[in-house]
Order: sequence, then C-alpha cells, then structure tokens
Amino acid sequence: MHTLFTRFTAFYGSNPLHLLGTIAAWALAGYVVTLLGAQALWNTKVWWQSIAVWFLAAIIAHDLVLFPLYALADRSVTSALAAVRGRRKGPSPRVSPLNYVRVPTLATGLSLLLFFPGIIRQGQSSYFAATGQNQQPFFGRWLLLVGTLYGVSALAYAARLAFCGRRGEATAAS
Amino acid sequence: MTPSSPERQPSRESAEADRRDDSRSPDAADEAVYGFPAPVWRALERHRPPGMGLLQRWRSPLRGPWLTSVFGSVLLVGLPVVILTGLLSYIAYGPQFGQAIPADVGWLKLPTFDWPSRPSWLYRVTQGLHVGLGLIIIPVVLAKLWSVIPRLFAWPPLRSIAQLVERLSLLMLVGGILFELATGLLNIQYDYIFGFSFYTAHYFAAWVFIAGFVIHVLIKLPKMINGLHSLSVRSVLRTSRADTGPEPPDVDGLVAADPAPATMSRRGALALLGGGALFVAVLTAGQTLGGFTRRAALLLPRGRSRGEGPNDFEVNRTAAAAAITSAETGTNWRLTLTRHGESGQLLLDRAALEAMPQHTAELPIACVEGWSTTQTWSGVRLRDLAALAGLSTPARANVRSLERFGGFNHAVLQANQVGNPDALLALRVNGVDLSMDHGYPARIIVPALPGVHTTKWVRSIEFGQP
Repeated sequence: MHTLFTRFTAFYGSNPLHLLGTIAAWALAGYVVTLLGAQALWNTKVWWQSIAVWFLAAIIAHDLVLFPLYALADRSVTSALAAVRGRRKGPSPRVSPLNYVRVPTLATGLSLLLFFPGIIRQGQSSYFAATGQNQQPFFGRWLLLVGTLYGVSALAYAARLAFCGRRGEATAAS
Repeated sequence: MTPSSPERQPSRESAEADRRDDSRSPDAADEAVYGFPAPVWRALERHRPPGMGLLQRWRSPLRGPWLTSVFGSVLLVGLPVVILTGLLSYIAYGPQFGQAIPADVGWLKLPTFDWPSRPSWLYRVTQGLHVGLGLIIIPVVLAKLWSVIPRLFAWPPLRSIAQLVERLSLLMLVGGILFELATGLLNIQYDYIFGFSFYTAHYFAAWVFIAGFVIHVLIKLPKMINGLHSLSVRSVLRTSRADTGPEPPDVDGLVAADPAPATMSRRGALALLGGGALFVAVLTAGQTLGGFTRRAALLLPRGRSRGEGPNDFEVNRTAAAAAITSAETGTNWRLTLTRHGESGQLLLDRAALEAMPQHTAELPIACVEGWSTTQTWSGVRLRDLAALAGLSTPARANVRSLERFGGFNHAVLQANQVGNPDALLALRVNGVDLSMDHGYPARIIVPALPGVHTTKWVRSIEFGQP
C-alpha cells in the first residue's frame, strides 16, 4: 500500500487527495456551466459583454495590466527619489519621502478603483432611475478626498522632518 | 507549489530549526523532482522564453511565505463570511416562490427555509456585511495577489501533472474573486456596463469561486500554517525598517533572490494594509449604518443627503422610472384584496384604509446593494387585511404594484412575514403621507424583508390558503 502511494505520488506529483479534490472542484465548476448554459457565457451581439470574457478579462486586467502598472510606478518613484538623493549636494534629508508619496497615492488609487463609476459618471440613466439623483457631486468630492490625503501626508512629512531635524541638532550639540 | 507531504510536520522549536527543516524537507528536494512525463517537464524548463529572466527580478524583501500566510489567513476568515451572507441573500429572496434570481440553480444553494421576519434588522446586517466586508476585503485581496505574483511568472511553470491541474484551478480562484468583486462594485453603483444579468452572473460565478477557494484552502492550508509559524508576530512588530530583511529562501520562490533594501518594515506593510481596509470601511459603512455616518460614505450613491423632510430618505426606483402617473394614484385608486382561487374581491380606497386600525413601526429598508435606511412607518397591518379578506392565517400573500414593467413589480410574502405584527401596508412615513417616490398611496413594509420586495404603489394583494 505504501509503495502504491509513493509510486502514485511520484507519477502524479502530489498525493491522491490533491487529485480527487481538484477533480471535485472542476466537476462543480462544470455543473455551474451546465446550469447556466454554455450559450449564456457568450454574448453573440456584443462580445465584450459576455460572462466568459469578463471572467478571463478580470484575471488579465489584474495580473497583466494593473499589477505591472503599479509595480512600474512604484519602482520609478523609488529609483527617481534615490537618484535625486544621490545627486544632491550637501546633507540629504534624514527621512525618505517615499512612503509619504506611496500612502496617499495608494489610497487615491484604491478610492478610484472602487468608486470610479460615480467619479466618471458612468451609468447615469440607471443611477437616476434608481436614486432620483445624478452623479454630479462625486468627482468634486473625490478631488477633495485626494487633496486631503496628499495634504495630510505632506503635513506628516513636514512634521517628521522638523522632529528629526531638531533631534539631529540636539545630537550635534551634545 | 506542491503541498507538504503527510510526513512533513511543521517544526515549531524556532525559526532556525524551521530553516534547517526546510532545506531537508521533501519540498526542497522537489526542486529537482519531476512527475510523469519527466522529459516533457525537463524540456519545458530548458526552453525558457527570452525575457523571462527579466520577469524574475522581484526586489521586495517583504515577500515570503510568512507575509503570504498572514494575508491568506485574513482572507480565510473574511471570505467565508462574504460567501455565506451572499448565499443567505438568495434564500431571503424566497426561492420557494420562484422569486430568487437566478430561478434555477439546481443543488447550488443553501437548503431553503422561510426567511425570518425577526429581528427586523436581520437582512440589514447580513447584506450590509456582504457588501461592506466585500469592499473592505478588496485591499487584502490585492495584497495577497501582490505577494504571490512571482509564482505567476516562475519558470519552469510546471514539473508535474499535479502542478498543471492545480495551476488551472487557480483560474477559478483568481477569476472568481476578481469577477465577483468587479460585478459587485459596479452593481452597487448602478453601473450596468457589463451588459449581462448581474444576479445570474454574480450567483453562478460565486460557485465557481467557491470551488476554487475550497480546493485552494485544502491544498495550501498546511503551507499557510507553516508559513505563519516561520516568523513570530512579536519579532515582526519589533523590527524596524532598517532591520527588516528577507525571509529565508523558500521552495516556491516567493522570497526574492536578489532583494532590494527594505523601504518599509513588515509591521509598516501590515499597518498600510490595515489602514487601507479601514479607509474603505470608513467610505462604505455609512450607507448601512445611517445616521451621522452616512456622510462618510461620500463616494457611494447612498451617502448623499436628500434634505431634512420626512420623505427625504433614500429612494429605490423613482415613480418616474416606474412610469407611475398621478392619475393612477389619485382618487380613483383602489386596493384590491382577493383570496387565491376565489372570484370575490374587496375594493378599498385610501379613506377606507385610513379608517382601519393604524399601527406604527420603526423598520429598516435594507437593499441588496448593502445600503439601508430606518424610518417610522404607519399603516394597516397585513394580517388585518388578510382577516378582512377572510383568511386569519394566510399561507402567503401575493402583492402587485401599479408598475406594469420591471422584474420587481410583484412579490410573494411568506406566512411569517404577513403574520408579523409590524408587517404593514404603509400609508404614512414619519407622520406624513408617503411621497410618490416612496410608494404613495400605499407600500409594503415588512421586517427583515429585502428592500426590493417591499412593493411600492400597491395595486392588489392576493392572500393564499394555508
């Protein structure tokens, strides 16, 4: 029995439970498709308004668009700040501004990602039919939020610099 | 990628012991082990596409089994709550009357039961949690995907059939969660750009996600537990940015081979993620909690003020959108009461309804989009209307609206919902007549009923025999 288990594991690459569980999961997904009907996955008139397209596009949009974009942006900011620091004459600031840029930028990106339909006024007619209101205020509100995020971050950075500066002077004096 | 084999148990003496254990474990030996057909996997490994090396340059020193396990354990707690409250919402819609959407889901639902009408805030809580937690969890999902992204570009991608089927099953997991989050986000903001039926797609894709989620948890749970034990939380909380280094090298390649200096400590990264979740919570919770917190939901449809008047609370579907005219709701309006299977009918005008005993109840409207609003309603008890129609304990009530079109122009109520003493055909709200947008001349309000079934502009009620 043990050798059978070992031989299966060597052949398959993992234990039998792994195979059984994965088959069960795929069978469940297959059952979902039979209930939904394969034709419901695909919209013959407008191809991009298909469930199948959105399902796969969601993966591509995250893994091959959103992630590379934010990773590239982060690496650009990091290396740009490092370059500025390297070229500057005299003492460089004791505190890197990197995270004081990152945090409000991430919060801005997150709020846009979550609430973009209102911000860019997408779906105006269904919004109006449901609520009796329009989406007019959201863009302005979002700008205020973004301003607050960066403003607070700037204040925090200034305070941190002042704090470290004073501590530095105190160290130099002593 | 392969799960731990049974003989490998987590060593918990110390991180150092773990490290030594790792280097001798079957997982580590796995590096060179290929399943059947080995020549194919070896050939795959040799044929690394150009540019792949560039994609291997992961620099963050924070990535590693511990961080991924922390994110994973947060999702392991949060996602089942979102899943369960979502499935409960399907039951709340009343599948036994064919009014849950999609109608035919085979075995893919919780066992059907009569949705309770007590406590009155039940649906407000379950659906508020579903939507609220679903939004709050988004930064955690993004962080989890960030932490494992090196796996996506790892080369060779496969060394065995097991890895092939496992990687394919990640399509269900990642596609499922991203699809659910995207369609949910669009739906709560009334943006139907996707074109397909939200209910159908969100429900069925949820089951594909559940399949991917369960198998992923079963395969990765031992790895997650090992990962959580690989660093002590206390030491992470004590380590500053300057002292932050990479985790010990792992077999999955999550830990960067050539890490850059840390720009953020691990505790800083956790605080950043917690802050992100809190940020979303503050921007979301107000639509469910109401009161002064509603203003904080400043980017959501139900975070808007409508004024201070008694009828100035959130509207779901305006009278204009439902094509309700003042001619239909004026003095000619009559409420028709019938008993199922009998030809006789009772016609009541608004004055007749106002002459009946009036009952007042403070009840929430709670919608599938997660928002809710609690108001003080007055009107005639539904069970009094049933008695008037000759049925003291009806098995159900079929309510129809003046609205001609639209999927929600009628709703069937269960026996417990009709019989609840706070279940009303409301004529007034907050001491004044209902406004047109809130369903004048009469609307249904029932404790814990999904908002879309609290039918407005009621035209008729048919009571069913037990």
